[in-house]
Amino acid sequence: MSRHRGRGMASINYPIGMNLGGDPSQALVHSNPSGKFTVALSSIDLGQGMKQVTRQICAETLGIPIEDVFVDTADSDTGPHCMGSFASRGTHRAGNAVLAAAREARGVLLEAAAEELEVDPGDLETDGRGTIRVRGAPGKSITVKEAAQAGQFKQGRTIAGRGIFLVPLSPVDPETGEMSPATCYAHAAMVAEVEVDDETGVVTVVRLDSAYELGRALNPRMVEQQLVGGAWMGVSHALYETPEPYYPDPKAGGRDFVEYLMPGPGDIAPHDIAVLERPAPDGPYGGKGPGEMCANPVIPAVANAIFDAVGVRMDTLPITPEKVLRALKAQGGARPQHRAGR
Amino acid sequence: MLEFRKDYFADERRDDLDVIGKGVQRQDMLGHVTGTTTFFDDHKMAGMGHLKVLRSPHHHARIRHIDVSQAERSPGVRRVIRGADVPRNLNTLLGLIGFGKDDEPSLATTKVRYRGEPIVAVVADSERLAHEALARVRVDYDPLPAVFDVEEALKPGAPTVNDVYPGNAFEYHDRFDHQRVRFGDVEAGFRSADHVLEQRYQMSPIEQAPTETNGSIAAPETNGRFVVYTPTQGLFFSLDTCAKILDVESNALHFVGGTAGGGFGGKVDSLTEPLAILGAMLTGRPVRYVLGREEEMQFGGPRSGERIVIKDGLMRDGRIVARKVTVWFDSGAYTRLTSYGAVKCAAHVPGPYTIPAVHGDFYCVFTNRTPATAMRGFGVTGVDFALECQMDKLAALAGMDPMEFRILNAYRDGDMKAHRREAKNTALVECVQVAAEKARWPIREEFRRASSRTGGGGERARIPPTPKDTSPPKRTAGGSTYTPSVAPPPASSWDRPAASPPATPFQERFAMPPPPPAPMPRPASSQPPAPPPPEPADRREPPPPAAPGPGTTRFSSVFGTRRR
Repeated sequence: MSRHRGRGMASINYPIGMNLGGDPSQALVHSNPSGKFTVALSSIDLGQGMKQVTRQICAETLGIPIEDVFVDTADSDTGPHCMGSFASRGTHRAGNAVLAAAREARGVLLEAAAEELEVDPGDLETDGRGTIRVRGAPGKSITVKEAAQAGQFKQGRTIAGRGIFLVPLSPVDPETGEMSPATCYAHAAMVAEVEVDDETGVVTVVRLDSAYELGRALNPRMVEQQLVGGAWMGVSHALYETPEPYYPDPKAGGRDFVEYLMPGPGDIAPHDIAVLERPAPDGPYGGKGPGEMCANPVIPAVANAIFDAVGVRMDTLPITPEKVLRALKAQGGARPQHRAGR
Repeated sequence: MLEFRKDYFADERRDDLDVIGKGVQRQDMLGHVTGTTTFFDDHKMAGMGHLKVLRSPHHHARIRHIDVSQAERSPGVRRVIRGADVPRNLNTLLGLIGFGKDDEPSLATTKVRYRGEPIVAVVADSERLAHEALARVRVDYDPLPAVFDVEEALKPGAPTVNDVYPGNAFEYHDRFDHQRVRFGDVEAGFRSADHVLEQRYQMSPIEQAPTETNGSIAAPETNGRFVVYTPTQGLFFSLDTCAKILDVESNALHFVGGTAGGGFGGKVDSLTEPLAILGAMLTGRPVRYVLGREEEMQFGGPRSGERIVIKDGLMRDGRIVARKVTVWFDSGAYTRLTSYGAVKCAAHVPGPYTIPAVHGDFYCVFTNRTPATAMRGFGVTGVDFALECQMDKLAALAGMDPMEFRILNAYRDGDMKAHRREAKNTALVECVQVAAEKARWPIREEFRRASSRTGGGGERARIPPTPKDTSPPKRTAGGSTYTPSVAPPPASSWDRPAASPPATPFQERFAMPPPPPAPMPRPASSQPPAPPPPEPADRREPPPPAAPGPGTTRFSSVFGTRRR
């Protein structure tokens, strides 16, 4: 009786957005009298960071400090339509809508500034710190606040913008399945190292190494949050959880977090992540969306690592100790393969 | 630990942006970590009623009689709500965009189709009083045979789960009981292959398990409107679903949400909003309906169980020349979103690889369990597990390193994908290279030098000749002739002629086979089951022109009235 180590890998891609009835999102951006901006959305922040990622897109596009933008979501009386936060669509679809709205608002802001400075709006640039200046003439400038005040109290302009991003419905061919299901794809490859105890059937994930290609990481800390959390979910899917442990027999399902097994803090493996950025031509600043995909490569990588460690193929999820022991018994014991990456 | 590999694709990217690409602290972070963020359940109001539902103890049963007289007299009860009180007590979520037929009641009236299906709702002054009143509801049931296995459910004589789809399969394109992918000639591919490997995979349902369970608070506003505090993942999707079920204009509802305590796909279905609003309509009070953890776990709509069979043709040099995939999604008793998950899966097959012949059949099957719904990776997570385990087995069969095997077969810019669109902006090769480097997993020089930007297109961009599929266009028996109506037809007309109930005990009929004793390749006995035989002649009349149900034509300010 002993513990066996093994490594397995998997590589995947993931579609961004969905193909159902068209896939639109809208955004409204406007300035208060002091040049502070609000983004109104009906998109949902589930904890994934919808508010912050759209806030950064808006600030970048307007060319103003991040502190001068807040995102208001979601009130159906004030926020324009969004399909919702699912299908990894939030960053890409809502982000593009905010980008369009912020571009329009920036256009008005620069027109207001140009009128005050008596120059052409095309000669203006923003410094990202709250100042609008004439390109090539650093002394000639106006603050965003002064421009917003002049626009609203002197010139009669709404410093505001509207944005919509729509991916039209692509019909699905009944015979061939021909369709345009998504506009871009994120990618990942994962290596899992596991230890399998051939006496108890317990599988421990020892470490994870991964590479994710996400278009552009609009906020690296939030990307890390998704990828680390998602890998945990992948380990949980692979080894622990289901409300129907004897599926398709519906007996004996967990009713709470005591009976429904998930990895605890002591079960979290070190995870080294590399992020690659191949910008999506149609993404906001090239962004795609890391949200959903990050559990997916972990599950098969763990299953393949178990095979490498003890020589049994686990083709049914979750891979519980009971299933591992049954498979080892049927095989007549562990048969380490040690073929992966050596 | 997270590192950036800026050396990859640097020529396709500007790295001089101001705040994009910076790890700026989230605007909601302080609120989250100090416990001051407002969630839906923080909107408690004076005089608020609490709604709870009575759930079916049976997996499948006819309801003979419901007696609520004792419950109505129970202390603190403001209102008992039954199916007849729901203005439009039949709905399907994607009916808003004309996809599928109304098939799910808010409160069951004549039958229950899964254990946990809501039958009666009570609004009372506290959750405890609501539970006490529910304990006084009397329901007489006639238990019916139930089916829990997707392949059993498709066999002739299986109990009909969902009367709207008598063959127990969602109907695609008014014609098929599955979604197809046909690209090239897989049979020719198998004939020319050096190895053919067919394997079977199964994943069990998974609960989204958000910290915050599903729930909502609805309250009367002025002008006949109702405000709804909700953690829904789709604000207008939920609003329009409620407007349809409650038969009100969309501007009668004012939804406030946007901040949810986790979702992962489990908050798309509007599980609580319609009854909370109806409770507020019927009592004139604010009404709170929040699922307990057990309700969330057992009846909240999990990721579906998926059964996947993959058959591949492989050459000695490691190239995959044909891939055939069959997936059965276990939708549970009603459609919810699984019909779409199967389409998303169809678009995903054969995974991020260029394979010249691909054949896929994707079924959305009804069984007597909690309806499944969306979850993170919807339609993809399960099949990725199967595809990547299969890839590992194929690599071993070809005697190749698994990393090198992925790179050899990876899709590249300019390749034609099975859903007949050109691959662009691909990066699988580079991800494999970097993962190998990080894990100190040696791969040979030629694979380290490979690129997603070269080697694609040309012959790989071609749509191959695809033989016409001559198998009969199977449709779910009688499915097209069902016309949903607000008042369901008498129960006796809802069921298929009773087949003799299966006599074998449950475990024998449905238990999964034990793990195979030997590693692959598995003998050919693991063939997927033959498709169910054609329907009896009396079920094969041509269907009338697709008559969209009320749900498919009515909507909406948001989605328009498109019907596919």
